[in-house]
Amino acid sequence: MTVWKPTVLTRVMLGLAIFLSAFPLYWMLVIASRTNADAVASPPKFLPGGNLGDNIVRVLTHPEAQFLLGLTNSFIVASVVTVSVILISTLAGFAFANLNFKGRNALLLLVLLTMAVPLQQMGVVPLYRLMVSLEWTNTLKAVILPYLLNGFGVFLMTQYTRQSVPMELVEAARVDGAATLRIWWNVVLPAVRPGMAVLGINTFMLMWNDYMWPLIVLNQENPTVQIAINGLNARFSTEYSLIFAGTALSIIPLVLVFVLFGRQIVGGLMEGAVKA
Amino acid sequence: MPYALVSPYFILFAAFGLFPLAFTLYYSFYDYDLTGTTEWTGLGNYVALLGDDDFWRATINTVAMFLIATVPQMLLALFLANALNKHMKFRLPIRMSVLLPLVTSVVAVAVVFTQLFARDWGLVNYILGWFGIDHTNWRAERVPSWIAIATMVDWRWTGYNAIIFLAGMQTIPKDLYEAASIDGASRRRQFWQITLPMLRPTMIFVVLNSTIGGLTLFSEPMTFYNGNPDGGSQGQFQTVAMFVYKEAFREFDYGYASAAAWLLFLLILVGAAINFLFVRRIGGTR
Repeated sequence: MTVWKPTVLTRVMLGLAIFLSAFPLYWMLVIASRTNADAVASPPKFLPGGNLGDNIVRVLTHPEAQFLLGLTNSFIVASVVTVSVILISTLAGFAFANLNFKGRNALLLLVLLTMAVPLQQMGVVPLYRLMVSLEWTNTLKAVILPYLLNGFGVFLMTQYTRQSVPMELVEAARVDGAATLRIWWNVVLPAVRPGMAVLGINTFMLMWNDYMWPLIVLNQENPTVQIAINGLNARFSTEYSLIFAGTALSIIPLVLVFVLFGRQIVGGLMEGAVKA
Repeated sequence: MPYALVSPYFILFAAFGLFPLAFTLYYSFYDYDLTGTTEWTGLGNYVALLGDDDFWRATINTVAMFLIATVPQMLLALFLANALNKHMKFRLPIRMSVLLPLVTSVVAVAVVFTQLFARDWGLVNYILGWFGIDHTNWRAERVPSWIAIATMVDWRWTGYNAIIFLAGMQTIPKDLYEAASIDGASRRRQFWQITLPMLRPTMIFVVLNSTIGGLTLFSEPMTFYNGNPDGGSQGQFQTVAMFVYKEAFREFDYGYASAAAWLLFLLILVGAAINFLFVRRIGGTR
């Protein structure tokens, strides 16, 4: 068995990669904890200052930023979409993987095709007109609904269910007289839990980050967190310490997800890549 | 019963997938603006777009930024994946650290990099100054602005793609390498002759993903100009996605924007096809 030992060059390269990956985040903290004057100082200040608390309070209480509302809205949007996508995807995944029905393969192919079309960019105009005519603009509904369509989720859960729920198990449950939904709840869901975790983390991060569509359908009075930052950036672009405190706050939930589920994220990515 | 289980997805698909796509196509044949007046123009919008210098500039910007970002990114991700594939301590923490950029939000990253690339006080110009390079006005000039934006994209996605490549590398049977070692092939040769060709399916996945993401680039260049879709004073880093956004939601020229969205889709298809053919040839002795 060959054991690949890292050379010195490899170690240096990895060290550099880690440093470069972490540095902008460190820099975010440096500027967020300093004053505006420090942010534009030359030579630059490389160490964090003592104004982090001040800046955070400033951004949270800024009358025009609606930052706290933005954080809350993002949390609602991301959570609702994540839970719904998991439900929709596990249901469909179960049907595609374990049940026989006419047109199954054709429908699955359709799911795959929808994954390849950048719907977000392609359909914005009619989607926006739809939201206007429903009078849903500036409501969270308008952000949530289009994202419940998630082809990747259905595809992923189909693969997961195929792998982890043997047909015999479904047949056996059926012989015992269990209804289809019961089988889904009692047999399928417990078995595909790791897949649900991967999909959930993925969807939550995607929604938390979403920028273009909320920018179109929401305004600054009822923003998601990205739109709140965008508003600060557009109107007070030189208020570096204020904006950076906002960006630092905005990534806290993602950092938490990463700390709690880092192992699953790495594992899920690697598994997903091999399957696709 | 199975139909009931898949129906939520397909109802959503009809409402938020098929309907917008079809109507984008429909709008693109009309003069359609805020007042709602619609007049059939046939291919008028498309013809106008192809004669619109702003559209072409946005297309060139998009393709240029895509190339500047993707080529180095793929190479770096490959070498990084190769490094991550070695046996060493702290494997999981190291892998997690290169994924760190993924857990930041795009807007946050763009804000940070915009400050780093500032002309007078940005860290990038400061460090380049050590090597006697004069301050570059990253935002004002065309190629520098492309480089700055490509840097943001690469910072975010290189580690991610490296992890995907790593997953692909781990599916390559070890005995291929054993056999090559016995035949006296060097480590480097093994990388080019075994790893790369065997990695082709993963590479197709990664490249297609990057193509779609790169050609629909929006958040980074938007934030680089403080949330303005003009993409700089001369439109030097306006992408096609920004062009669509600007035509639709600032000029309220819905028909024109819809036609541009379809041309963007066409651009993605062409880009995906070219990249697919290109990757298939890599290490392509088989």
